[in-house]
Amino acid sequence: MWLLKTKKGPEYQTEDCPVIDKQVVASGYCRVALHAPVIARKVDPGQFVQIFMPPEHRDHMLPRPFSIFGANRKNGELVILLEIKGRGTDLLAGTGPGSSWKLLGPLGTGFPALSPASLLVAGGMGIAPLAFLAASAAVPCTLIYGARTAGQLICPQSDLNRPGLSLLETTEDGSRGEKGTAVDLLSRLIADAGTVFACGPRPMLAAVNNLCRRAGIEAWVSVEERMACGVGACLGCAVATGSGYKRACRDGPVFRAEEVILDG
Amino acid sequence: MDKGSNQSRNGSAKKTDEIRRIEPDLKVNLCGIILDNPVIAASGPFGYGHEYRALTNFEALGGIIVKGVSLEPWTGNPPPRLAETASGLLNAIGLHNPGLDQFLEKDLPLLRDAGPRLIVNVVGCSINEYSRVASHLDGVEGIDGLEINISCPNVKAGGMAFGTDPEATYQAVSAVRRRTKLPLLIKLSPNVTDICVIARAAEEAGADGISLINTLAGMLIDVGQKKPLLGNTFGGLSGPAIMPVALKMVWQVAGTVKVPVLGMGGINSAEDALQFIMAGARAVAVGTGFFYDPELPVKINAGLTEYMKTNGISNLGRIEGIARS
Repeated sequence: MWLLKTKKGPEYQTEDCPVIDKQVVASGYCRVALHAPVIARKVDPGQFVQIFMPPEHRDHMLPRPFSIFGANRKNGELVILLEIKGRGTDLLAGTGPGSSWKLLGPLGTGFPALSPASLLVAGGMGIAPLAFLAASAAVPCTLIYGARTAGQLICPQSDLNRPGLSLLETTEDGSRGEKGTAVDLLSRLIADAGTVFACGPRPMLAAVNNLCRRAGIEAWVSVEERMACGVGACLGCAVATGSGYKRACRDGPVFRAEEVILDG
Repeated sequence: MDKGSNQSRNGSAKKTDEIRRIEPDLKVNLCGIILDNPVIAASGPFGYGHEYRALTNFEALGGIIVKGVSLEPWTGNPPPRLAETASGLLNAIGLHNPGLDQFLEKDLPLLRDAGPRLIVNVVGCSINEYSRVASHLDGVEGIDGLEINISCPNVKAGGMAFGTDPEATYQAVSAVRRRTKLPLLIKLSPNVTDICVIARAAEEAGADGISLINTLAGMLIDVGQKKPLLGNTFGGLSGPAIMPVALKMVWQVAGTVKVPVLGMGGINSAEDALQFIMAGARAVAVGTGFFYDPELPVKINAGLTEYMKTNGISNLGRIEGIARS
């Protein structure tokens, strides 16, 4: 009875995962590949893992949540994109092949399956779950990938170069792709969109929701919150929704856009 | 771990090989609740327990104290509700919970046969509300005791208001006492001038045990936003940062009341647990520690067993409060 909603075994668990590759993809950003056969086999796009701090750094209490950027069910490889934001991510980024990270996952409720003419909208690090969603898609889709400037489009091109995926880049300063925001481009393409999937800063998600609502198009967003347990127990990662506070870690991180209170 | 001190205290008459033969018994009697081992999941971080079933070996838990349950559902505080601090965690969840009916319907059935003894943390905005929850839980199959939370720093009404005044503590505890035969632990706040006065009031009102400490009130400011970081402005600090504060208060309360003490506050190793027991705690609870190691109870039990074997201690009663003598 503990095996809630599972196909095989518990839906999430801890796994000790050797780091197999670490690339610095931009200043302060790494692409890390881990050997995580159990989690990689089960994970769906939009789900995430918690990464525990190394035991010698227990003064940092909380595990850090990361969207899954890629997973290979066959060879057990799991990939995340890591942005150095504070001490915890700095400690993780300071390790590499030869070290092993303890992961907890796969966690949370991910994206529904892509339908034809789906439009994916990524702002900055919001690329991580959407690149995985695009890579897992059985149908062609379009991905809008926006940032302030070219240097912040940190996702390696090789991870986005896939058959069936049309990539449209935007930068606010025009240094790469179209000049403008991802939302600007969405507003021009939305008439032909089936379903919209978005991940990025809150103001971007709010704008995506407003556009989709006006156009009568279904939209899904992946949100970010400060998190502790990751498994739905502590209720620390509250997300305000039309029906009260929900848990980013368990009810989300993917929600129907209209459900989440994104403004304010 | 100072493994030598107790050996010398026990005298050197016992030979090491004789000591090694002792099979330590970790069982403790916490105010009538028999725990297979003295490690309990503290109320809060562990939720309603079932969320941790795949991560924590429940055999290593003597008991589980579930997250606070109120009569009606409580929505909790606006986000952000969490922030990591130096060796600690600041939280302001605000006792977000689904209410008594949903706890009984959905959560309790998943826990009833899980193994550990089950203690329900009870919260309320009024004495009447505490009493009604306690009354509803009295006699419910699978519930072994209640922990009355008069100490949450994160709710405006109720919560800590009852735990910072001895008269209010006495009123709340005696009202609950009249409505239940279940063993009654009273969870105290450290945010008081003299915790012993509150502990004594709880004991006089009929508490079967005292559990402490709840979190230490605190706050953080987001410098970039020029605003308090937490949605609730104030929160409660937990984790290893508060362990010495908790230990001192356990020491004080254990020297004041006759009922057993459940010690908690930043425990993250067997050595920490031993310190609480030597200060006078009958059992210990782990809370924030689950976040960085869901297997912490296994490690604490292994460490306690090893310590008892090494020092020829057959049961933990032998060292309860021993640092006081």
